[in-house]
Amino acid sequence: MSGFTVPEIAWGPMVPVMVVLLTAVVGVLVEAFVPAAHRRAVQLTLTLAALAGSIVAIAALWSDTERTGGTDVLGGSLVVDGPTLVLQATIALLALLSTLVVADRVTGGEDAFAPAAAAVPGSDYEELARRRGLRQTEVFPLLLFATGGMMVFPATTDLLTLFVALEVLSLPLYLLSGMARRRRLLSQEASMKYFLLGAFVSAIMLFGIGLLYGYSGSLRFADIAAATATPNGMEGLLVVGALMLLAGLFFKVGAVPFHMWTPDVYQGAPTPVTGFMAACTKVAAFGALLRVVYGMLPGMAWDLDVVLWVVAILTMVVGTVAALVQTDVKRLLAYSSIAHAGFVLTGVVALDDAGLTAVLFYLLAYGAATVGAFGLVSLVREQGPGEDGTTTLLGEATRLPQWAGLGRTHPVVAVTFTLFLLSFAGIPLTAGFVGKFAVFSAAVEGGAWQLALVGVLASAAAAFFYVRIIVLMFFTSPHDAADDAPAGPTPAVGAVASDDVADGGTQAAATGVAVATSAPERATTTVAAGEGLTVVAVAVCAVLTVLLGVAPSPVLDAIASVAVLLP
Amino acid sequence: MHTLISLTAPAVVPAVEPAVAADWPGADAAVLLVALPLLSAAVLLLLGRRSDRWGHWLGVLASAGSFVVGLLLLLGMLGLPAEQRVHDVHLGTWLDAGALSIDAGLRVDPLSLTFVLLVTFVGTLIHVYSVAYMEHDAARRRFFAYLNLFVAAMLLLVLADSYVLLFVGWEGVGLASYLLIGFWNHHTPYAVAAKKAFVANRVGDVGLLVAMGLMFATFGSLDFSTVHANVAQTSESTLTLIGIALLVAACGKSAQFPLQSWLGDAMAGPTPVSALIHAATMVTAGVYLIVRSGVIYAGAPTAQLVVAIIGAITLLFGAVVGCAKDDIKKALAASTMSQIGYMVLAAGLGPIGYAFAIFHLVTHGFFKAGMFLGAGSVMHGMDDQVDMRRFGGLGRYMKITYFTFMAGWLAILGIPPFAGFFSKDKIIEAAFVPVDGQPWRAWVFGTVALLGAGITAFYMSRLFFMTFEGQKRWSTTREGKEQHPHESPALMWVPMAVLAVGSVALGWVLQAVGFVTWLEPSVGHAEHEEPVLGVPVLIGLTLIAVALGLALAWRRYAVSTVPVVPPVGTVLTRAARVDLYQDAVNDAVLVEPGQYLTRSLVYGDKAVVDGAVTGLARVTVGIGDLVRRAQNGFARSYAAVMVVGVVVLAVVVLAVRG
Repeated sequence: MSGFTVPEIAWGPMVPVMVVLLTAVVGVLVEAFVPAAHRRAVQLTLTLAALAGSIVAIAALWSDTERTGGTDVLGGSLVVDGPTLVLQATIALLALLSTLVVADRVTGGEDAFAPAAAAVPGSDYEELARRRGLRQTEVFPLLLFATGGMMVFPATTDLLTLFVALEVLSLPLYLLSGMARRRRLLSQEASMKYFLLGAFVSAIMLFGIGLLYGYSGSLRFADIAAATATPNGMEGLLVVGALMLLAGLFFKVGAVPFHMWTPDVYQGAPTPVTGFMAACTKVAAFGALLRVVYGMLPGMAWDLDVVLWVVAILTMVVGTVAALVQTDVKRLLAYSSIAHAGFVLTGVVALDDAGLTAVLFYLLAYGAATVGAFGLVSLVREQGPGEDGTTTLLGEATRLPQWAGLGRTHPVVAVTFTLFLLSFAGIPLTAGFVGKFAVFSAAVEGGAWQLALVGVLASAAAAFFYVRIIVLMFFTSPHDAADDAPAGPTPAVGAVASDDVADGGTQAAATGVAVATSAPERATTTVAAGEGLTVVAVAVCAVLTVLLGVAPSPVLDAIASVAVLLP
Repeated sequence: MHTLISLTAPAVVPAVEPAVAADWPGADAAVLLVALPLLSAAVLLLLGRRSDRWGHWLGVLASAGSFVVGLLLLLGMLGLPAEQRVHDVHLGTWLDAGALSIDAGLRVDPLSLTFVLLVTFVGTLIHVYSVAYMEHDAARRRFFAYLNLFVAAMLLLVLADSYVLLFVGWEGVGLASYLLIGFWNHHTPYAVAAKKAFVANRVGDVGLLVAMGLMFATFGSLDFSTVHANVAQTSESTLTLIGIALLVAACGKSAQFPLQSWLGDAMAGPTPVSALIHAATMVTAGVYLIVRSGVIYAGAPTAQLVVAIIGAITLLFGAVVGCAKDDIKKALAASTMSQIGYMVLAAGLGPIGYAFAIFHLVTHGFFKAGMFLGAGSVMHGMDDQVDMRRFGGLGRYMKITYFTFMAGWLAILGIPPFAGFFSKDKIIEAAFVPVDGQPWRAWVFGTVALLGAGITAFYMSRLFFMTFEGQKRWSTTREGKEQHPHESPALMWVPMAVLAVGSVALGWVLQAVGFVTWLEPSVGHAEHEEPVLGVPVLIGLTLIAVALGLALAWRRYAVSTVPVVPPVGTVLTRAARVDLYQDAVNDAVLVEPGQYLTRSLVYGDKAVVDGAVTGLARVTVGIGDLVRRAQNGFARSYAAVMVVGVVVLAVVVLAVRG
């Protein structure tokens, strides 16, 4: 039996991840030692600095990686190669933009988070915390921990590290989901569900890892890949193990049939967190999926094809069909994110370099539009008489009829949102089109033209519900929308509650805490000004979406020049 | 004139895709064609109200600038021998990553240049007209921004050297059309019309996307040169599929059967828009697409036959609908549909028809735009009244409009020597040319085209007589507001006059300079073939049909009194008034099932929550219900679904492994 050999650690390539995780630790200390009045400023500065620093570090590593193809950092546990850097940069950038949205406050210093998340909704303690003006600043270190985990997730070539990274990125997200300031029950329900299902799928994945270890005797991707090349009579273990491992990854990307948490959690979580989750988690999880499929299981590509095909088609179809009947913006975007997971999967199926480049680009394009879209959702608010009778901002106006006529009252917001929707729909001259084109043509070249055809048809159908929102914003007056609501393609408003959130939603509406949901008649829709942080983030996302749509070549070239996975 | 005459010099041209000629630096100027109006649109939109005062003139200038560039290109190209008149201008690489590489480039050749000149010339005239027509509209600057945007997109569409870039222009004109139809979107019906056009166009877009997908899969590239060069090695079935998909795209954009219903509703937009987009240019993009893809259709005779059939159906359909419409703009829209049907029919006849399709497209662009502007002028003088039963005798009050409209009317009737005579008669002749092995085709298509000419004469004369001749039937003080028809300002009638000159002389001039030969480098050369009946016989028959239609219209609408309230009419009239039940068919085939599906989904959802299962059509509820039922909010069910998912996937994999 050989003794333990200390792996050689290359510290340089780890800097991007280390900066983020160490700052998160410092953030926890800040919570303990810095006076409450200064915490927010300190935390925000630290978070932004860490993410920016991480991006700078990635830039510094770029040329080396382009030359050498990448380094094995931790004896096979962590690999820093081209795709890793691209994914890490994407995650760090999207997290940076999300942080801006998370940190933004509207009038009265009110952010999106409950002052005392652990309190029972509607309790005296919560009311007290609200009156005292307590603020939630643990959000920032939690965000950094999650980001750190996400950055490790696609970089690992070792099943154990993969699992640890998964937990590091998931646990903070479970917490963040439950912290919404408004509609507390919905938020807590979301958090609970996410946690239960996440834990469940972690168990499945761990079981799969166990089976794979049993088959190959190793946790390294490379060793497992080598083992699949020579049949040893235990292929049953391999197949079932690989499937269970993939189930965990499919859960994280929100692919059908592992998608069911997505609408509930996206709707319940605080909107800035939803944006962060929808964009960054998906990038990280697809990164890991790419590495598993390309790096660990190329030997069983023949079997995997079936799985990927079935899941991709189901995901595109279910995501699109379900999105067609949604009445809530956040749920609609959730189903649209499911459909997008299907589109990316078609690129994954291609299993070649063009597919890799396409997927990486698609994730960036999708992430930018997602953070921007959810950022805007967090600004579109209900307005109504508050406790003292004056007009105050209430919760977010997420029911679709409330968005009617936004194009006339707030044209800039509506046009920007339209831009993101067009990008989701894949209309030319937006980043989404280039992304879709890239993944579909990669799929066609990889011989999966049927899949690309389903994708094109699904995109065409999906365009209808994006266009529906555009029409609603620009060509419907709020009055009409209210009249139309009970019939036709925009189903009853009540359906939001009865929709899928069987009890939680209705309860939240019934409890006095969620003032906003219980007073839709009096409330009008408006756009909150905020401190400008969200506006900056949304503007950056909009510019990215246009730039990547009009002149994608530099980015595509850059990605293509490093798009080789190290074993 | 001397240079123009040289057009007729006999050219040796291959019948299929011509080789792209060597460098001609002049072609690079083509970029300016698109850039000028695009820049202008950007400036107008970005500067906002600050440019309100002079914005419309900038719009006019940009469009005129493009026309001048086009003219210079034409002169340059005339200096080249015929076989060197096809040029691809490489603009740069749009996307490049490994196997995925898309170049952006423009193709300057006789076909695209013809479109460029038509779009920019008619476009500039309509810009000028709009300066006066939209004078009282607070958002005039925005209107011009959209018009410029449209011109830029249309030029990009016709100049693109690949289907991808063409698609960008295709979507661009769709967007501009959507914005302009809904320009007065404070009226709900207008916004609804805009939406309808948008949806019909999306159906067409799917066709183009599918065609592009097929081409990319087959040829590995989407630029015209590569696609056309590789057609010969491709199976007929693939080419047929591509051809049909392209035809679907053309039907959506050019309002051909069965996607034609949006054109009538699109008349809700300002009249100059109807003239430019829905008569002269955008709606002809489908014809352009088919002619440009002629090489593909050459390898797919079935698809080509379908094109001709669609064209023939639409030309009759539009003509019949045109006979019953009382709204002057909707009658013109039906006529546009019918005339484009002629062009599509010609395009479906193969190489012998391509040049005539484009020929008719150009003359139609002039006379139809002229008539639309005339209709706008009438509306301008009659307080936006569009009901022809409320016109009558206007010729005496609006002399210039009367004579310019008359030029367009005679042109569309095909009375010699007006423009339509030269272009439409050629299509009728070509339709009568026999095809080997299928003698029925010549007789069917020829008869339809001939019949169409007669009906066209009837409904266009009806329109003309109801508006300009006969008794006054205007609203009186008692019915509301008394009307005082008056001639429009010079800014409006000058463009009409210019277009009228085109309607009178363009056919003869283009014939004389050898327009058909000039197009040969782009569309290929076709040997002259004899129709089943002699040419003089055909011309005679056509003129008789036209004369019959005209006489009938004269008797019913100029001599007898036209009732102000439409009579009940025969079954056919009533059917034609509602577009031959097209909307009803659309509702039954497309809208109803869709609404039923969504309603069922919502209803099914309620049923699930209430625990009550009600009788609904099993199939429709099936899918949505399943999704809904599964998404019930309980974490335990979600977990169960995941487990079942893993198990099912495992079973599938193991089954496939055998």
